[in-house]
Amino acid sequence: MSAWEDTRAPETRRLGAPGLGRELEEIWGEKPGLLGWISSVDHKEIGKRYIVTAFAFLILGGLEAFVMRLQLAGPELRLLTPEAYDQLFTMHGVTMIFLYAAPILSGFSNYLWPLLLGSRDMAFPRLNALSYWIYIAAGLFLYAGFVVGRGPNDGWFNYVPYADRAHDPGINIDVYALGLILLGISTTVGSANFVVTFLRTRCPGMSVNRVPILTWGTLTASVGNLLAVPSVSLAFFLLWMDRQFGTHFFDTDQGQPLLWQHLFWMFGHPWVYAIVLPAMGMVSDGLPTFCRRPLVGYTPVALATVTTMALGFGVWVHHMFATGLPSLSLSFFSAASIIIVIPSAVAVFAWTATIWTGRPVITTAFLFFAGMIVLFVIGGVSGFMTASAPLDWQLTDTYFIVAHLHYVLIGINVFPVVGGLYYWFPKITGRMLDERLGRWNFWTMFLGFNIAFLPMHLLGVLGMPRRIYTYPDGMGWSTTNLIVTLGSALFAAGVLLLLVNVAVSLRRGAKASDNPWDAPTLEWATTSPPPPYNFAVIPSVASRHPLWEARLGESDARSRLDEGLLLDHGRETIATTPLDAEPNLILEMPPDTPAPFLLALGLAIIFSGAAGHWWWLVGLGAVLIIVALLIWFWPNRTHADEPGQAGHV
Amino acid sequence: MSEGVYRGQPLPVGARGKNSVGWWGMLCLIATEASLFAYLLFSYYYVAIQRGPSWAPQPHPSLRLSGPNTVVLLASSVAVWWGEEGVKKGERGRQLVGLAIAIGLGAVFLVVQGFEWRAKTFNLASGSYGSLFFTITGFHMAHVIAGLLILIAVFVWSAMGYFNIRRHAPVSISSIYWHFVDAVWLAVFFTFYVTPYLFW
Repeated sequence: MSAWEDTRAPETRRLGAPGLGRELEEIWGEKPGLLGWISSVDHKEIGKRYIVTAFAFLILGGLEAFVMRLQLAGPELRLLTPEAYDQLFTMHGVTMIFLYAAPILSGFSNYLWPLLLGSRDMAFPRLNALSYWIYIAAGLFLYAGFVVGRGPNDGWFNYVPYADRAHDPGINIDVYALGLILLGISTTVGSANFVVTFLRTRCPGMSVNRVPILTWGTLTASVGNLLAVPSVSLAFFLLWMDRQFGTHFFDTDQGQPLLWQHLFWMFGHPWVYAIVLPAMGMVSDGLPTFCRRPLVGYTPVALATVTTMALGFGVWVHHMFATGLPSLSLSFFSAASIIIVIPSAVAVFAWTATIWTGRPVITTAFLFFAGMIVLFVIGGVSGFMTASAPLDWQLTDTYFIVAHLHYVLIGINVFPVVGGLYYWFPKITGRMLDERLGRWNFWTMFLGFNIAFLPMHLLGVLGMPRRIYTYPDGMGWSTTNLIVTLGSALFAAGVLLLLVNVAVSLRRGAKASDNPWDAPTLEWATTSPPPPYNFAVIPSVASRHPLWEARLGESDARSRLDEGLLLDHGRETIATTPLDAEPNLILEMPPDTPAPFLLALGLAIIFSGAAGHWWWLVGLGAVLIIVALLIWFWPNRTHADEPGQAGHV
Repeated sequence: MSEGVYRGQPLPVGARGKNSVGWWGMLCLIATEASLFAYLLFSYYYVAIQRGPSWAPQPHPSLRLSGPNTVVLLASSVAVWWGEEGVKKGERGRQLVGLAIAIGLGAVFLVVQGFEWRAKTFNLASGSYGSLFFTITGFHMAHVIAGLLILIAVFVWSAMGYFNIRRHAPVSISSIYWHFVDAVWLAVFFTFYVTPYLFW
């Protein structure tokens, strides 16, 4: 409708002006029906889909773990065959690490980022939709093999030569290889979107020293992903070539089996930080709200976040201490791994000091955030121990490592995520989760987790190896294993309480106000749930705590939330400069479109064709992709008619 | 100071050159693709060092075709740059000529690479050197093909009059991608065609 404009001085409007929201609602609202649903590019819609899908995978992965725990509850049990056990522990790892841990954080970040940053959407809304559609396609692809009994079965790390064709001739590993390459595309486009969103779509005044820590966490993870994901995608591609086309990258007589481990862990270790740093950011932003004071040490925590990832690129060999590498190499990587303790400790001390010097309000979200600190310290100490090569030689491939990695991943990912759900559920749904059930939820999960995983340290020290489907009687492991299984049942019950709470509260939960926790950041300045356009006028901020300025009294400057840029000539938001967030461009945002869905479908067809060597199907998928890309990138005709042009990317 | 506060000045609307989000998105794509090639070349050097000098086929790869072909690809980058400067001055004809030359040179590069591939005495499955050679040069050729498709799309859109002196973000964005593909070739060329003469 709008005539072409070269430049414009956008109108400023006060909130409460008559008819303000109605026109924006029309511009930004989702069209009805299935096509409207498929075509939506609203970051809140995509964020919710991500969160729901990732939780579904968490439950699947949890059920897989629980079946394994039943098998291991006593010696010489025969609930599972060795082959079934191999597939189960592999799918458990793949599911939790790739299909839950990273996507759940993408979900929260997708939902929250534009709200935290005072924007109307991500920088690339269509890329956002694409990222989700590829993610779910890859998830279904990976599970397709498993449901017909041909799932990946060499562990999520997939070491060669176990995973080469001579030792694992079925289609199991090919599905895993192709599925992960597909998932890598989703992660990559999502990461690029976060990076550009961070740099360009913060609201006026939100300089880089004023953004919430969650955005630092996700930004760091995204940059890490852009640099690290190609490594694992390449490793899986080369493995697939070895298996299908007779190349010699990883075989023992011509290639180099250790090359697999290098490529895998050069990706794998940065990835560990990618799946915890945004969750740590959730704690850094959520915990202060319940401590009634700003985070202690914002700048050190932000710098520690970035430092952790930078160091994280130089520690991958600590996953390979037992492979016979030269001791000089081991010393270097051992030292680098130990040094990572420093930035991690910065965050722990900052959170502890925030609680110590604050006036904590003990909510369920607070309990999960505080519980995370405890688990992080335990997992950090066991990580520090195994960073030392001699100790690692004793403990590697034992249950000690299983205990360590679960303290780290459940402790620093699942606990903050559940805490984050209690914290942001009112914003997302407009209803509060039940606090009373929440206490039960927390304590069952916290006790269950520790009963399940603390004894695993002991099992490891007693020499129980990982990845075995059963063990003989009389090893001294039986009682402890039974305790572990009982603990995991309690933990599972805790997760069930969470699901019950969500199901009940969605219908009957207390109605949430705009800012039920009296929190300081921008997402709480809009309604619960937010309108499709997020903010009727773009806020401009003058501090890290726009909603706490009056009481903190840090300076005289005040954020302006009730007056700002209207931007209603079509879908628009403001672009600002990367550091100081000075407005420098009016961004035209794309309309809803099925192109991302079609593109993801084309990719899924290509990968399915490749798995079955149906090359005609690959060609069909490629044609679909080219069509989708042309629709996507076709320049805007209204601009071309006038002396100008603009295309959406 | 009231940094970041909007002071009522007119702002550009929509994608505008290096100020567009598309430009920044392309830089992200280039960063991740550069990492991909870094890991590819890491794989080559890792296997080469582990296997030692006897691993690579003798004689060393010839520069007879690959040398001139490198010049061809670099020239295509110059043509893209020259065309982009044209659109910045509002000279659509110059821009179309620049793009056409670049597309032609890119196609020549692909054909010569085809001859280079056919002349090899080893193949993808004959040994790890062959696997690495054909995979890495193949990855690069795939990127050349993608770059050519993008240049062709931009050429068509330019001919249809979609771009002008102020609105040409897609031209700049596709140009930087093409320069990247050429820069990658220099790294690949140096690895396969130059390092054997230097070190072995």
